[in-house]
Amino acid sequence: MNLKKFLSTFLIYLVFWTAYTSSLKQEELLIGIIISFFLSLFTYKSFSQQKSDNNILKRLLSFIAYIPIFITEMVKANIDVAQRVINPKLPINPGIVKIPTKLKSEYAKLFLANSITLTPGTLTLDVKDQNLYIHWIDLSSEDKKIQKEIISDKFEKHLEGMF
Amino acid sequence: MIILSILGYILILIGSIFLLLGSLGIVRMPDLYNRIQAGTKATTLGALSAIIGVGLVQPEWFLKTLIIALFIVLTNPIGSHSIARSSYKSGVKPILTSQIDQYKDKYVTKESSDEK
Repeated sequence: MNLKKFLSTFLIYLVFWTAYTSSLKQEELLIGIIISFFLSLFTYKSFSQQKSDNNILKRLLSFIAYIPIFITEMVKANIDVAQRVINPKLPINPGIVKIPTKLKSEYAKLFLANSITLTPGTLTLDVKDQNLYIHWIDLSSEDKKIQKEIISDKFEKHLEGMF
Repeated sequence: MIILSILGYILILIGSIFLLLGSLGIVRMPDLYNRIQAGTKATTLGALSAIIGVGLVQPEWFLKTLIIALFIVLTNPIGSHSIARSSYKSGVKPILTSQIDQYKDKYVTKESSDEK
């Protein structure tokens, strides 16, 4: 049994529990400790600890830089789709495109795929090796470079620092 | 405090408008994939802003609402992605006015190479 992995899983669960109950009463904490213990006993194996080339400070900073970009993109996505829905002509031009990515870590690809799904008019269909397959509600350009620029470039540089 | 709760109510209002538009999108869009687009996007911001609005009206719940928001952001795209992927693989045809489908090429060539 990998004790370090188990303990980190346990601590993450406990932090979430404490934040969610937002109280430090003894009984609440006790229940939290019991539940996190058993949960982490069952699930610690699937918690992966990937080695990263970047140090913790750089990762934290790129994460903080990532949040506002993500939120603005998400708000833009929502307004964009809402406008298409209201417009009586329903201006859509769907297509499925392939976008290559440089990211290697599985977590980074997961973050990228999720961010793409939450941004204007794009939905990740599949991630295979180094390619993302994306359903695009309004295919505006057939040039690969421009497609990549619109869809994934703004996230990729921050994710590189994060993982 | 009053300002906080007014802000909260405004956020709840914005959230409900986006949820309404999202549902309208599900009715209006022509095929499954575009419906997922409308369904995920509008509802993510709708649910997020409604929940955080509740957190602002009831400040003692704020931390909880933040955690719920975090889980919505993490799970919503994964859910829509797996619905889209599995419907593509089980043969739901997308309506593609642009005629570009690079996933199909990859998918078909992979299948035929498996047969060999």
